[in-house]
Amino acid sequence: MPNVMIRRNDDGKLSFYVAKKDLEASVVSVETDTRESWGGEIQLDDGSRYYIDPVSPPPAFPTTLRFKRV
Amino acid sequence: MTELTREDTEALIQEVLEVYPEKAKKDRAKHLAINDQEVEQSKKCITSNRKSLPGVMTIRGCAYAGSKGVVWGPIKDMIHISHGPVGCGQYSRAGRRNYYIGVTGVNAFVTMNFTSDFQEKDIVFGGDKKLDKIIDEIETLFPMNKGVSIQSECPIGLIGDDIEAVAKKKTKEHDKPVVPVRCEGFRGVSQSLGHHIANDSIRDWVLDKRDNDDSFASTPYDVSIIGDYNIGGDAWSSRTLLEEMGLRVVAQWSGDGTLSEMELTPKVKLNLLHCYRSMNYISRHMEEKYGIPWVEYNFFGPTKIAESLRKIASHFDDKIKEGAERVIERYKAEYEAVIAKYRPRLEGKRVMLYVGGLRPRHVIGAYEDLGMEVVGTGYEFGHNDDYDRTIKEMGNATLIYDDVTGYEFEEFVKKVKPDLIGSGIKEKYIFQKMGVPFRQMHSWDYSGPYHGYDGFAIFARDMDMTLNNPCWKNIQVPWKKAATEEAEQLAVGA
Repeated sequence: MPNVMIRRNDDGKLSFYVAKKDLEASVVSVETDTRESWGGEIQLDDGSRYYIDPVSPPPAFPTTLRFKRV
Repeated sequence: MTELTREDTEALIQEVLEVYPEKAKKDRAKHLAINDQEVEQSKKCITSNRKSLPGVMTIRGCAYAGSKGVVWGPIKDMIHISHGPVGCGQYSRAGRRNYYIGVTGVNAFVTMNFTSDFQEKDIVFGGDKKLDKIIDEIETLFPMNKGVSIQSECPIGLIGDDIEAVAKKKTKEHDKPVVPVRCEGFRGVSQSLGHHIANDSIRDWVLDKRDNDDSFASTPYDVSIIGDYNIGGDAWSSRTLLEEMGLRVVAQWSGDGTLSEMELTPKVKLNLLHCYRSMNYISRHMEEKYGIPWVEYNFFGPTKIAESLRKIASHFDDKIKEGAERVIERYKAEYEAVIAKYRPRLEGKRVMLYVGGLRPRHVIGAYEDLGMEVVGTGYEFGHNDDYDRTIKEMGNATLIYDDVTGYEFEEFVKKVKPDLIGSGIKEKYIFQKMGVPFRQMHSWDYSGPYHGYDGFAIFARDMDMTLNNPCWKNIQVPWKKAATEEAEQLAVGA
């Protein structure tokens, strides 16, 4: 259950940063990304996937959230 | 030597690895790579931030070095106690050349060594009482200090002293911040974790102290310089450029920095991050908590400076954007003269670098401005995100080495035959004795500053001074020299 910091990059994509794992990747897809909620399964550009129960209302980035590895 | 192709480099790495036992070879192979600009993510080609192999000569430091030496040490109006045996503090004292303004021993304490000098009885009975007493003594002897930080050395963690309790008690007693930092040397694999621990302790004990205090008059152009340690005056030559373009520098982290500057940082509009490796943690925290964006910049060499000034200006209004252009224009004649003077002397020379956490990629631009080429680079304690950023800066088929061992580095140099090596003091004399020109890129070889336009002139002069020094011609002993010359003549004659 890593603590993940999510922020918007200069290019507008979301970046997924896990300090303890040295993981800095950008988010390719988010399962649920609507006005009401944000979350579900998240795909990163290195191929790995993480899961978070959809957060409602969508969080304001940058923020730190707890994800589960899929 | 001519250009190395991808195959040559591959063969070179294999050759160097040959000497290791099977298991070590497998491990070290992951840390050596050939640059490929196509690769988006460094972890596909290189492994970093792993424990060094026992038995090899690594050049890394420890967590205490990362916290006391790098992040906390340069904060000039605080006293940093090296809590533990005397050596750690004494042998690292004043070695990093973090310049500062102030009267040492009165209101600035950077080059002094404060230590609890642990003895056997402190290990057996615990050192908390001693620490308590030291802080009282400091208050008596140096009443102008603004606070104290307790930098733990290895034994503190091993014997389980409760420095946090002492810190809390003393904070109350003296009404000054006393910050416990759990940066015992054995934590982590290199100084990198020390940076992280130091950042976290600043976050927890310092940063939020003025959250409900609006007495500081801020302007829309407030910025802070983060991750510039003012080595040889680096932060000063950066600061002048920023101020000239119309920004107001509120805080310097941590070269020539003060405690109150750090407390005021949450009031700025933009954090300018130079050393990404050691201070990205606090920048990310401030972005999250205070909504302050951060931007990485690079003040080595005119190309990168112009790029960075424009990048910084893009976060502000037209006034600053014009300011950036004005600054670039103003120094144009100056840096063009520097290039005109030194480029012909340095053109085409090849450089190998092996430094800490940002310079292996940041100085590449400065060398390129002088017509030099960086053919190999590597980090002592970089992480994957550093290598991600390096791949784009380096040419194709160049060498990248992570946590290189003394043996590997020597072998690489013998084969690649660079004209100049930039690394630290531990490598300096080995390579100079091998007859290769060498510059220390940690402490600027007692020169500096190298940041900014002013620094670039000094950088170019230093590189020229080292590379074109007549001493390199005299490195071979005369009787051997005669033999080589004869052989050469024979070869020509035949």
